[in-house]
Amino acid sequence: MELKASVDYSDSPYRLDIHEGALDLLFKGWQGKQNFEDVRCKCICPPYKDNSGHIYNKNISQKDCDCLHVVDPMPVRGPDVEAYCLRCECKYEERSSVTIKVTIIIYLSILGLLLLYMVYLTLVEPILKRRLFGHSQLIQSDDDVGDHQPFANAHDVLARSRSRANVLNKVEYAQQRWKLQVQEQRKSVFDRHVVLS
Amino acid sequence: MAMWQGAMDNRGFQQGSFNSFRSSSSDEDLMDIPGTAMDFSMRDDVPPLDGEIEEDKSYNGGGIGSSNRMMDFLEEPIPGVGTYDDFNTIDWVREKSRDRDRHREITNKSKESTWALIHSVSDAFSGWLLMLLIGLLSGSLAGLIDISAHWMTDLKEGICTGGLWFNHEHCCWNSEHVTFEDRDKCPEWNSWSQLIISTDEGAFAYIVNYFMYVLWALLFAFLAVSLVKVFAPYACGSGIPEIKTILSGFIIRGYLGKWTLIIKTITLVLAVSSGLSLGKEGPLVHVACCCGNILCHCFNKYRKNEAKRREVLSAAAAAGVSVAFGAPIGGVLFSLEEVSYYFPLKTLWRSFFAALVAAFTLRSINPFGNSRLVLFYVEFHTPWHLFELVPFILLGIFGGLWGALFIRTNIAWCRKRKTTQLGKYPVVEVLVVTAITAILAFPNEYTRMSTSELISELFNDCGLLDSSKLCDYENRFNTSKGGELPDRPAGVGVYSAMWQLALTLILKIIITIFTFGMKIPSGLFIPSMAVGAIAGRLLGVGMEQLAYYHHDWAIFNSWCSQGADCITPGLYAMVGAAACLGGVTRMTVSLVVIMFELTGGLEYIVPLMAAAMTSKWVADALGREGIYDAHIRLNGYPFLEAKEEFAHKTLAMDVMKPRRNDPLLTVLTQDSMTVEDVESIISETTYSGFPVVVSRESQRLVGFVLRRDLIISIENARKKQDGVVSTSVIYFTEHSPPMPPYTPPTLKLRNILDLSPFTVTDLTPMEIVVDIFRKLGLRQCLVTHNGRLLGIITKKDVLKHIAQMANQDPDSILFN
Repeated sequence: MELKASVDYSDSPYRLDIHEGALDLLFKGWQGKQNFEDVRCKCICPPYKDNSGHIYNKNISQKDCDCLHVVDPMPVRGPDVEAYCLRCECKYEERSSVTIKVTIIIYLSILGLLLLYMVYLTLVEPILKRRLFGHSQLIQSDDDVGDHQPFANAHDVLARSRSRANVLNKVEYAQQRWKLQVQEQRKSVFDRHVVLS
Repeated sequence: MAMWQGAMDNRGFQQGSFNSFRSSSSDEDLMDIPGTAMDFSMRDDVPPLDGEIEEDKSYNGGGIGSSNRMMDFLEEPIPGVGTYDDFNTIDWVREKSRDRDRHREITNKSKESTWALIHSVSDAFSGWLLMLLIGLLSGSLAGLIDISAHWMTDLKEGICTGGLWFNHEHCCWNSEHVTFEDRDKCPEWNSWSQLIISTDEGAFAYIVNYFMYVLWALLFAFLAVSLVKVFAPYACGSGIPEIKTILSGFIIRGYLGKWTLIIKTITLVLAVSSGLSLGKEGPLVHVACCCGNILCHCFNKYRKNEAKRREVLSAAAAAGVSVAFGAPIGGVLFSLEEVSYYFPLKTLWRSFFAALVAAFTLRSINPFGNSRLVLFYVEFHTPWHLFELVPFILLGIFGGLWGALFIRTNIAWCRKRKTTQLGKYPVVEVLVVTAITAILAFPNEYTRMSTSELISELFNDCGLLDSSKLCDYENRFNTSKGGELPDRPAGVGVYSAMWQLALTLILKIIITIFTFGMKIPSGLFIPSMAVGAIAGRLLGVGMEQLAYYHHDWAIFNSWCSQGADCITPGLYAMVGAAACLGGVTRMTVSLVVIMFELTGGLEYIVPLMAAAMTSKWVADALGREGIYDAHIRLNGYPFLEAKEEFAHKTLAMDVMKPRRNDPLLTVLTQDSMTVEDVESIISETTYSGFPVVVSRESQRLVGFVLRRDLIISIENARKKQDGVVSTSVIYFTEHSPPMPPYTPPTLKLRNILDLSPFTVTDLTPMEIVVDIFRKLGLRQCLVTHNGRLLGIITKKDVLKHIAQMANQDPDSILFN
């Protein structure tokens, strides 16, 4: 079924251009203009006589959620209406699109932060350390984020910079301790396979 | 001392560790009380401190030298005494008695002033407040996981241009262009081929969709395993075997920490969304226990006492299962049956409270709409017939067989991962398994959809209003009476669905074996239920068609009148799911209660029970352990199985150490050893504790002292107390022994001595000894002969002995 040709979607910007169309769709989707109603009455009506099955959605209150109010236009006439409506099933449903939006945004931001931090730890920090201490002092292993050497180096850094604020000291110290913990965990889980194999 | 330091340097952990336990308010105390090195070369305790050498290079701004606390050494307990090293067992008796002392003190003080009275009341309520907080936090996290997982799963197939954050179902929620036959298509939802090449038809579009699906799956899996590897390696796996071990008294520092919580939550969503054959129920239990552990640190009562903390963790586990299945009662029973070790009645009521709060929080977040808690909530109530017990029992047998097969193959594969080269490439392994799963899953619509949706569709009873392929029956009847449909012959759609489901079954059975245990969060409730549901539905549709085409057979004639709704395939799917889940995990009561809470009614209890019991019996006949116990044994955790009887006739003296040819038991004397002697004993041996006797000649028992406490106390004394040097005498008696003049001052260490160690005689049968260890949660037990100390039995010895008696490898017990 061709979605574009026959039906008139006056508010959806379908275009034949590939790149512009996709971006435009995404932008409009971000603003979410089309789908913000949060209540609906959904009536499902099975095939009856000559009519095919149909689904009706309407933004209506709970007391009005029945076949007569929602099915519009009624496909059958007169006495058939009752028989038709008996087969239909109407359900009132609610959702909160704000909750969904907020949750997804929270999740994606936490994920993004973690990814950035991971990139920093694995790629950026060794480069910075190499520049600070020179090539010779570091024995870098490929996949270890923090082995014993950086700890000793951090030791030097902190000994050198007594003038730095105590807060920064504490943060760096805490971070070094955390890195060592993670490394120990990684050794037990991945290398020695002692825990969680 | 020199040997000590030599061993220390390699670990590089200790520099800051001494400081960490000093500042008791430091955040690092959260999980890592006095920095311990996890070195497995010395399997027993490891001295945690190396304060001497590293003192000068102190890091903290707070300063060690000028101690912040005005402490009287003799009266105040030293911080660090009474805590445990990583990978060690706690002393339940000591923890419980400490809690009773604390409670007694608060109660006595409460009579003195109003403030103390308020304090005692708030102490009593702190447990309930903690449960409330745990329920709230678990429910919110479960809601976050559910909503994000739903969205990200559909991200593999397309995106909603009517609101980027909606998944497929919610995208078409309000659409007016949804048709009866094709409820999935709506213009607001664009698949990737529509976005990229602007069309959804044709071979090229199919290829584009296929490619994007596999790409997204690989991306999610890669992100998941990298995050786990870089930030929190403890976040992988299901978590339930380790939580079982922790609840029985083992300590794994960091396993229930904040980083593990964050990473597990985030990567669980990624792992589920990548289309792998895993579930999120087991990891949700881990997440809930992490919440419990983290929130414990707000309350003094639970932070300092390991035994009380485990009560809270039991309740948190119940909350975890409750949000996973929307089954509060089932959650409590699961915690009682599967996860917890000691479950006093008080914990029962509190667990229920936590589970209810969690379920209520999840319901108010309403991730699935309609205020349902689980995706596959069942709403039909058609009755079942007595002759259907035969197919239900068949499903039970299938579940038992599958459970035994899965456990055996999965353990074999995990052992391979543990011992061979396969274990060195976790990231590659995850990517390969994901690629295989995604490539095989896309062509078949039943494997392409997420497993919970599959289960939901299989549990569904077909009515006139359903238009899925599985409900494509031929409607050859005239009128429908009151909504009940008679048994109908299957249409073309049903037959093709059966083929596809059979292929799905085979794929899921095989791929789950390789998926469970990988280095990403993975649970196995949902895959097992899926396998069972598919088998059940196949059998159910078969029975239904049999009843329709052969309604003149005796069985069907007597129970099924023509035109009646006789067989409900959805019920078979449910029973099958219960059977398979029971076969793998060997759950009994909790399984039935969870399923009955899922269906909301008591009608189906008998079929569920029949299937669950049959599957448990069949599975037990083929293999003794459930999947979690098997993993515990694979990892060598010191878990003393509480459910099995020890039926051998050995005696305590057959198990105790030292054995016949070993050197004598290392003991301390009560008042004749110097600091130097003790330190040399500590450095030469790796025992976690030493008995204290009156004298070496008499070997009469005074008490038991732990290695860790000794180390901390001696270090402390050397720094704080005047005049304590290597030749100072250590005494454990109430009063100092008479010393000649001009000797250095003596060191009293009576406050770290346990004056009531448990003893058994050497002729005590091992049955009783094992029973004592189980019931009291002992860590070690001393053996006497005619009143004189003869040897010691530790929990590790007991476990090794049990393993030996069961003809298993006693060296597989790694920890103490």
